[in-house]
Amino acid sequence: MRVVIEQARCCGAGQCVLAAPDVFDQREDDGIVILLQENPPEELRAAVMQAIKVCPTLAIRLEG
Amino acid sequence: MRTVIVVGGSAAGLAAVQSLRAEGYRERIIVVGAEIHLPYDRPPLSKGFIADNLPFEHIRLGDQALLDDLGAEWLVPARACELDLNGRILRLEADDRLGFDGLILTTGVSPRAFPGKVPGGVYTLRGLDDAAALRTALGTAPRVAVLGTGVLGMEFAATARKLGLDVTVIGNSLHPLARQFPSEIGELLAARHREAGVTLRLNEQIAGFEETGGRLNGVRLANGEIIPVELALVAIGSKPNVDWLWTSGLLIGDGILCDARCCAATGIYAAGDVASWWHSGYGARLRIEHRMNATEQAAAAVKNLLGAAEDFRPIPFMWSDQHDVKLQSYGIFPADGALEIEGNMASGRFVALCHHQGRVVGALGWNAAKALRQSRMRLADAMKDIRIDEPALTAA
Repeated sequence: MRVVIEQARCCGAGQCVLAAPDVFDQREDDGIVILLQENPPEELRAAVMQAIKVCPTLAIRLEG
Repeated sequence: MRTVIVVGGSAAGLAAVQSLRAEGYRERIIVVGAEIHLPYDRPPLSKGFIADNLPFEHIRLGDQALLDDLGAEWLVPARACELDLNGRILRLEADDRLGFDGLILTTGVSPRAFPGKVPGGVYTLRGLDDAAALRTALGTAPRVAVLGTGVLGMEFAATARKLGLDVTVIGNSLHPLARQFPSEIGELLAARHREAGVTLRLNEQIAGFEETGGRLNGVRLANGEIIPVELALVAIGSKPNVDWLWTSGLLIGDGILCDARCCAATGIYAAGDVASWWHSGYGARLRIEHRMNATEQAAAAVKNLLGAAEDFRPIPFMWSDQHDVKLQSYGIFPADGALEIEGNMASGRFVALCHHQGRVVGALGWNAAKALRQSRMRLADAMKDIRIDEPALTAA
């Protein structure tokens, strides 16, 4: 599972961090998404899927 | 259920389709969308789309492959004009009649127009075509007026200023975002706009427009003063797209009136900007015109259509980018709430909490996205054990 983020689309809502705090974080001031791990372990798949679902700008996707 | 129709092909409509599939609904989905464009994101229209000349590719929601995977029939451009509640039939302007078992209404809002006839050079901003027209027009308009001091007006003012234009914001409120946030926030925002070179004419009434040969050349205030401009954006609020539903039998007020589960009638749900629903966590009727709500409410409405029976109790989230300020908020900010500042307002980074009736109901971050997210937890805790049902309507 490889997580891909598009920072240019991100609006800093932080919904992904609420869904999967082990995979996503935010920059301090503008809240733009930071990827903590590009290849998270399989047990985090459900959390990552939830983050993808709640992202208001569809800035996260999975490859593989 | 064999057929679900989604009326409205924008963010909430797309989220409804995605949720239907994610929840395992495999039957027919028809989307009726008024705009010819595939679903796109509206927030960038007042900001990056104009200031940074972003291409459509950058603001579209999902690509063709994603839409194909969803397997819905997209009828665009098409408008619904009549709903037969008992017969379960939706009629389109082209006179097609579509039967449905489930219906999700995500028709959104339209900009409130300035009363009377307006000259060329006066715009409103809601859709992609509006934004594209504005983007072009700004190239030949050195002086710009923004009518209205809400989120859209203030964002557009910042965008036009970024393009180097002479910008005047005119409104009858005492400070920007007066309907969203307490005055302390509005005043700070006003100061930031002035610092960036935007002229604010607050507490002013607008009388009308001045023109030559059908082209705008000024905005006239009630006191007779004329502010010379070549372009004006009217951003004085919006109205829910419900005109076609007045005779349907659905309850219509400020939007489509739904219960705490986003249900407007048996098998009929509403979501996004057009939906007014009872929030049982705040004990208040809300209608939210923010991007995040479109996604969250569409998902909740779909779950309930499919049988979940859960109140929709989100912690509303909004954001706005103006100059170098990233404003974000969770929750609600009642007019009689009390503001508590965490940190220093003058520092350019702080979180403000809103207390109302003995609990914390709102949190606002000023360039403090990460700290704000942490205070969201407090709002969730404060709401957790509260459930306030809507008072029953009694005949007068």
